Amino acid sequence: MSDVVEKTLTALPGLLSLDSQPGSTKLSSSSKLGNLIRGITELTSKHEEEKLIQLELTSIKEQVSSPNTSMRQMKELMVRAIYCEMLGYESSFSYIHAIKLAQQGTALEKRVGYLAVSLFLNESHELLLLLVNTVLKDLQSTNLIEVCMALTVVSQMFPKDMIPAILPLVEEKLNHPKEIIRRKAVLALYKFYLIAPNQVQHIHNKFRKALCDKDPGVMTASLHIYLQLIEENPEGYKDLTTSFVTILKQVVGGKLPMDFNYHSVPAPWLQIQLLRILCLLGKNDQSTSEIMYEVLDESLRRAEINHNITYAILFECVKCIYTIHPKSELLEKAAKCIGNFVLSPKINLKYLGLKALTYVVQQDPKLALQHQMTIIECLDHPDLIIKRETLELLFRITNAQNVTVIVDKMLEFLRVNKDDYTTIDLVGKVAELAEKYAPDNEWFIETMSTVFSVGGDTMQPDIPNSFLKLLSEGFDSMEEDRKLRLFAVDSYVSLLQEEPGKLPQRFLQVISWVLGEYSYLREDLEVDTVLRLLAKLLDMKTTSSETKSWVLMAMTKLCEGGAGVSVAREVSETYSSSLDTVLRQRAQELQHLSQDSEMRARVLPRNAGLDPLEVDSSLSFLDGFVSEALAAGAAPYKPPHQRQEELAQAKALSLEPYGLSLPISMSSCCITDRQSPTLLSISSGLSGNSNDLSYRGGLKLDGVKRVWGREGYLAQREPVEESAHVEVPSPLRSPSQQGGAGGSHSHTPTHTPTPEPELEKQQLASSLFVGLASQSSVCLMGKSEPTPQRFRRKANSPASSSAASEKQSNSMVSAPSTVDNLMFNNLLDSHITSEPAVSSLEQTPQLSQGLVAANGSCDEELPDSDVNGSSPSLIGDDPVVAAELAPHEEPPKDLLLSSCLPAELSGLSHSEITPLCSDQILDLSACHVQKEDALVLVVFIYNSSDSDIQQILLELDSEELEVSCESDSAVQEATGHSVAVCQYSLSVKRPSVHVELVGMVSYQFPVGTPQSVQFSYKLPLSSFIRPMTVSTEEYGTMWLDFSHDTKQNLTLISDDQEPLTATLSVLKKKLQLHVVEIIGMEGIVACRLLQDQPCLMHCRMHAGTMAVWLRSPVPDLPDCLMYFCQRALQEH
Amino acid sequence: MIKFVLMVNRQGQTRLSRYFQPVELSRRAALEADVVRCCLSRKKDQCSFVEYKDYKLVYRQYAALYIVVGVTDSENELSVYELVHNFVEVLDKYFSRIMFNLDRVHIILDEMIQNGHVVETNRSRVLAPLTALDKMVD
Repeated sequence: MSDVVEKTLTALPGLLSLDSQPGSTKLSSSSKLGNLIRGITELTSKHEEEKLIQLELTSIKEQVSSPNTSMRQMKELMVRAIYCEMLGYESSFSYIHAIKLAQQGTALEKRVGYLAVSLFLNESHELLLLLVNTVLKDLQSTNLIEVCMALTVVSQMFPKDMIPAILPLVEEKLNHPKEIIRRKAVLALYKFYLIAPNQVQHIHNKFRKALCDKDPGVMTASLHIYLQLIEENPEGYKDLTTSFVTILKQVVGGKLPMDFNYHSVPAPWLQIQLLRILCLLGKNDQSTSEIMYEVLDESLRRAEINHNITYAILFECVKCIYTIHPKSELLEKAAKCIGNFVLSPKINLKYLGLKALTYVVQQDPKLALQHQMTIIECLDHPDLIIKRETLELLFRITNAQNVTVIVDKMLEFLRVNKDDYTTIDLVGKVAELAEKYAPDNEWFIETMSTVFSVGGDTMQPDIPNSFLKLLSEGFDSMEEDRKLRLFAVDSYVSLLQEEPGKLPQRFLQVISWVLGEYSYLREDLEVDTVLRLLAKLLDMKTTSSETKSWVLMAMTKLCEGGAGVSVAREVSETYSSSLDTVLRQRAQELQHLSQDSEMRARVLPRNAGLDPLEVDSSLSFLDGFVSEALAAGAAPYKPPHQRQEELAQAKALSLEPYGLSLPISMSSCCITDRQSPTLLSISSGLSGNSNDLSYRGGLKLDGVKRVWGREGYLAQREPVEESAHVEVPSPLRSPSQQGGAGGSHSHTPTHTPTPEPELEKQQLASSLFVGLASQSSVCLMGKSEPTPQRFRRKANSPASSSAASEKQSNSMVSAPSTVDNLMFNNLLDSHITSEPAVSSLEQTPQLSQGLVAANGSCDEELPDSDVNGSSPSLIGDDPVVAAELAPHEEPPKDLLLSSCLPAELSGLSHSEITPLCSDQILDLSACHVQKEDALVLVVFIYNSSDSDIQQILLELDSEELEVSCESDSAVQEATGHSVAVCQYSLSVKRPSVHVELVGMVSYQFPVGTPQSVQFSYKLPLSSFIRPMTVSTEEYGTMWLDFSHDTKQNLTLISDDQEPLTATLSVLKKKLQLHVVEIIGMEGIVACRLLQDQPCLMHCRMHAGTMAVWLRSPVPDLPDCLMYFCQRALQEH
Repeated sequence: MIKFVLMVNRQGQTRLSRYFQPVELSRRAALEADVVRCCLSRKKDQCSFVEYKDYKLVYRQYAALYIVVGVTDSENELSVYELVHNFVEVLDKYFSRIMFNLDRVHIILDEMIQNGHVVETNRSRVLAPLTALDKMVD
């Protein structure tokens, strides 16, 4: 290798000096670029550079617009413009000339034109449209080089909307005799797949052909598509495993031509790509994994040459072996292989070894034991990158025994680290470990103080939030809670007495909250001492107004007794005239509450965490106000959908797409509710939490076992004694002994020299790796068992997920005036944000299982689903459809067309056949057919002329829908006066009340110019709704998991004995919902949006109306469904 | 996935840059300055992979020229490190005849990396389109 480097080095000065060839007049203008580059290299200041480049740009601008500039000159100008733009100086004037150059230039000029376009423009640039014709022309060129260039630029960037224009040409190139053209065509299709997957859905079989191409280059290109496809849907490509394995076997076995070798390693990047694919296919699949064991073994064996690239392959191989279904023999070899990495003196290999180890210890923590001495060495490595990677590894093997040492190492790193991004990441990890494994109160509080100080204001806001939550919720023992809180108070008081100005804002907020809540725990602490300390914070210039409101809130909780009141008065006087409204409000509260101790006790009861706060989610206390307002002539409240509806009706011409504006804004609101700690969140936080409370009397959702809730990990809690029996091993225990204890592997790092610091390292090792050997015998696939934790959240009663947060809200706010309290917000958010983190782990698999179970019977292939027969009662004629579609004109033709419905669809109910568009020759109509498990769009193409038309190409696209063609090819033929039928199956990508398809039909007479007609088709989302059969229990589990919701009161159908049952049965009939259960005043209903997007509905009768609450994991879906429920009931 | 390829000289001046995901022109200079600072300050015996924001930089030095590749965390750093060398070998094979050209290096890079993925590493195949173009000019 070294000789290659040398050889390369001899050529490289040329790269730098950019001397033009002496005596060559041809390169005169390139030497202009050379001059420019040399000029810039010599400059020292940014200012001079700017001046020089501006000068250059002016001269380029002049020349490009001159009519006398030849294409050759233009090429050189473009290269100079590229250079200027590369340095950050925009040269937008040259974009259009780049396109022109690609159009008019020849050979290299053309290529440079294309190059400039691909560098200047981004995918959505409008000028790119001007390139389409050039590409089209070049694709049809007889000059292979031009075809090549066109394909290259297409696979880099192409306007999505114009794909249909060139797709047939690119497809054609797949059969080209030249390898390079086929290869580039495959890459172009890959690009199409990336930007518009549904456009190339019909040519999946051609991808398979490319995979089997006799040329290895074409095959390699097709792997990009397959990696992408398999990532998205591994189940769909299991049958190809054998092919990939065979290919890899051939590559590893050296069957490829020699020129694919890189330093005598056969096609290394191809091997890596194949290993990545196998990794995806074999994950969680034993039988597929078994197919690949042999080739993986061979890959490990063949990779003997000591070169970086073989290690790169080995890394991928090891990763694969540890991802797929395990085989002990292979695991052993892979483990040995990792040993070679981490023990290598080459630092890059060491790094990769650590990365591999980090990946692998998640499956088998004992592996870390084998390499403990190496890990220790890496921990003290002078290179921060190695250190950082080692900490990442340690993070994965942390347990209750080694937590103090590991956290210590992390904090040590944090103190020297300068990079913000790393700090944020590591601080989060330390906080996580501290909360999980803290050995005692003092350590926990001190560690968290360091986290807050080091992490500063850049750290993730959920760290302080979850810390406060932990403090306020408490643990199993009251005494422990008291001690922890007391220690926090002590340590914060002393921090404030030192130099509070140095502390970050977030930390100050935490401190003020803790002091406000818990300083009473220290009896010898005078209230006014704390108040003065807090008041000092208000006076500091650096304190932000957000922090100030936290401080004021804390003071409100504390002000009692004579001294307290006087401090309070002083402070509130200053801030009640503040420009900041929030501060002003806090100051007012402080003033009022400090004077009225009775009210203060009621509003801010001390340590009232345990009684949940009742929240009236129906806001019935406002009823009086509402009726008064109505009596005074106010307009009654109309729900958003109704308002929008009326607005749409009021307008003569609605130019806006239906139902788009509102659901989107609602959903964005939903998202902020759930995730970000913004001020907005309060309302939904309240309603979200009041859920269990307000309905406690009726449906017993509470009783549904929550395996995964916020306190989910409690379910798997280990007895505390277990943690106690693992003693810290003697520091003198040798590493080899430990390695032996850790596993059967004989591989021990025996060659670590320098006996002097050895002892120290061994001590560190024993403290770092303690607990690993005893923990989890061998758990190859699963994660290691949960370790006992000190700070276990209190084992709350079943309904506690809401109670917990109400505890907080209660302890801090009760008066309606403080409902928008900042702190309340933050804490509520902490509750909300932390919830998915815990629940997602355990709940997701359950949920999907539930869904599979529920839909299991419907999972057959689409064409087969007519086996189930038509079910007109289930899929009743949808009145909404009729209302929304334009009235059809000629009933007789309609009849004719409906007789053209494919046999397997004819028994099912379909919407009315709507004309789409027509010209002199073609008449297009369409309808949609509701299958049990799909929605099929049928397009009828009626040829009204006498002659036959071949090559009718139908293209459909939609923002909201996924469209896939059911027929074999998108191209149709129609003989004179006959009908051609195309079928598409539709599924929803993004719910919206109405979804729209746009399409284009293009066709060509045997003689004559190509014609095309555009059309659009609109259908209601309700056509995609199907019942979902779930049990009440499953419903309960799912309900809590869904993050998007909406609530509204709907009219009940009151002309029946049982209004609720009647109403729900109307909804069931019209919208195909599944009524899960009706108990008394409440009912629960479930449905799904095709295919498997669940939506749950909870109804409660209340004062003559029905309070409906919809929840779904899909944004916008609840809003849309609410709209349809409302419509269905109105029409009844 | 590969995010960008940079070639910079020892003074930190960009010689070539290619982004595989859109980065605004105005932000490129700052990013490149950051990246260069990260890599150029490192010693020879230090690791060739550096963390930068949420991705990794893989860099390799050839005399006074640095080639820096930004990759996502899921990428195999060592394979990218060798890819850089392969690229340099291709340049070497081609430019032993002709002097460096901004456009030609770009054309070669286009053959090797597209959309952030390695698409061709076979040296003769990488150079085939360019050599054909050169023949057309002659």
